[in-house]
Amino acid sequence: MSRDLFPDRPQAAAAAVVIGASAGAVEALIRILPELPEDYPLPLMIVVHLPPDRESTLAALLNTRCRITVKEAEDKEPIRPGTAYLAPPDYHLLIEPEFLLSLSNEEPVLYSRPSIDVLFESAADAYGSGLTGIILTGANSDGARGLRAVRAAGGLALVQIPEEADADTMPRAALAACPGARALTLAQITGALKTELPRAL
Amino acid sequence: MKTPSAETEDLELRLLVEAVFQRYHYDFRDYSTASLKRRLLQARERFQCASFSALQERVLHDPEVLPRMLGYLTVQVSEMFRDPSFFLALREQVVPHLRTYPSLKVWVAGCSAGEELYSLAILFREEGLEERTIFYATDINTDALRKAEAGVYDIDRIALFTANHRLAGGKSSLSDYYTAAYGGAAFDKSLRKRVVFSDHSLVSDAVFAEAHLVCCRNVMIYFKRTLQDRAVGLFRDSLVRKGFLGLGAKESLHFSAHAAEFRQFTPNERIYQKSA
Repeated sequence: MSRDLFPDRPQAAAAAVVIGASAGAVEALIRILPELPEDYPLPLMIVVHLPPDRESTLAALLNTRCRITVKEAEDKEPIRPGTAYLAPPDYHLLIEPEFLLSLSNEEPVLYSRPSIDVLFESAADAYGSGLTGIILTGANSDGARGLRAVRAAGGLALVQIPEEADADTMPRAALAACPGARALTLAQITGALKTELPRAL
Repeated sequence: MKTPSAETEDLELRLLVEAVFQRYHYDFRDYSTASLKRRLLQARERFQCASFSALQERVLHDPEVLPRMLGYLTVQVSEMFRDPSFFLALREQVVPHLRTYPSLKVWVAGCSAGEELYSLAILFREEGLEERTIFYATDINTDALRKAEAGVYDIDRIALFTANHRLAGGKSSLSDYYTAAYGGAAFDKSLRKRVVFSDHSLVSDAVFAEAHLVCCRNVMIYFKRTLQDRAVGLFRDSLVRKGFLGLGAKESLHFSAHAAEFRQFTPNERIYQKSA
């Protein structure tokens, strides 16, 4: 089948990781992302709740510590493997079916913009069973609905075990909303990202 | 891989958007799919339809549904002097160039309820440019245009607008421009005496006017790249030589087919200048 005839059609092998976190997010991400090799075969899209009126320095901070590229997402940017894209403060980050990043100014969802649910739901639509959703530490319930959408589309759902999380509200809400999710430590999540997920490609 | 039900829903969504176009000539076919789907899911819930197919039937057979659905299809989230640093850069770096023209045209494309328009009108008055300027404020949503023409905003939003105005280098007090009554702040009608409001679509309509400045902020993020390219092409054709294009804080011409026809005019703000 010619890809030119179906430019919007996702390929079956398309795979990606989405991560959502709020309170305690930076420390958790610093434990995970630097472990990934430069040629990591998957892209990662990440929503961290941040104050809306600030220029975010998080992407630059993480980028200096990681072998993968970490950058702030740009509108209609093509998604590349081995790259982590952070939602800019005060914008929702969504995934288009053509595997492009998309930003939106729409109303906050659960008081959050960017919203983890918005990213996860759109990514589940684009990637289906190729998607892995990960909910980490956080002090509200954003992401619970999104993780359920990831599972419903046939994707893999991972949640940081609440006992280990800095703030346990977010992982508890995710586990309650998404019975198919696996509760793992940060070390186990890192292990799954490094070995299990690339092997499934 | 997608589940069969997800594939079906994608198909229903495309058919719904196609139906709205064929029946009513509102063309959302080249809007970004992900956020369009979110908004149509909200509309579906609002109209209590179990599927996009059911919503399609409603919108085709009940003419009263479309105007209400347009409120969902277009995003109307804005504020006055949003991203104050953009307006500060406009004031300090673009206004000196605009001063050299005896008459000016400013096009606010996708003006929604008018927050951006009034911000520019106030800035131009403060800079002494208002009397030589005609503003064109366009949108596809006629409800939004009516709101823009009325210029009344919820009083709860004024504190934010005032703070933004100050950060944007405001040379007057925002309260000089509105009167508060019944929970609303009504902006002075003298601000719109030089404004032409018009129904215009970046999808299907042609070049609008010969403009010195086009502001189209946080409108094109809802478009696919092909439609973004069309819109930027319209702006290029509308702008005078060395005219200015203002975009939203996270928009750029980075991935645009027209990138080479503009240069970034300010290092930190998304203000571009037409090259030739």
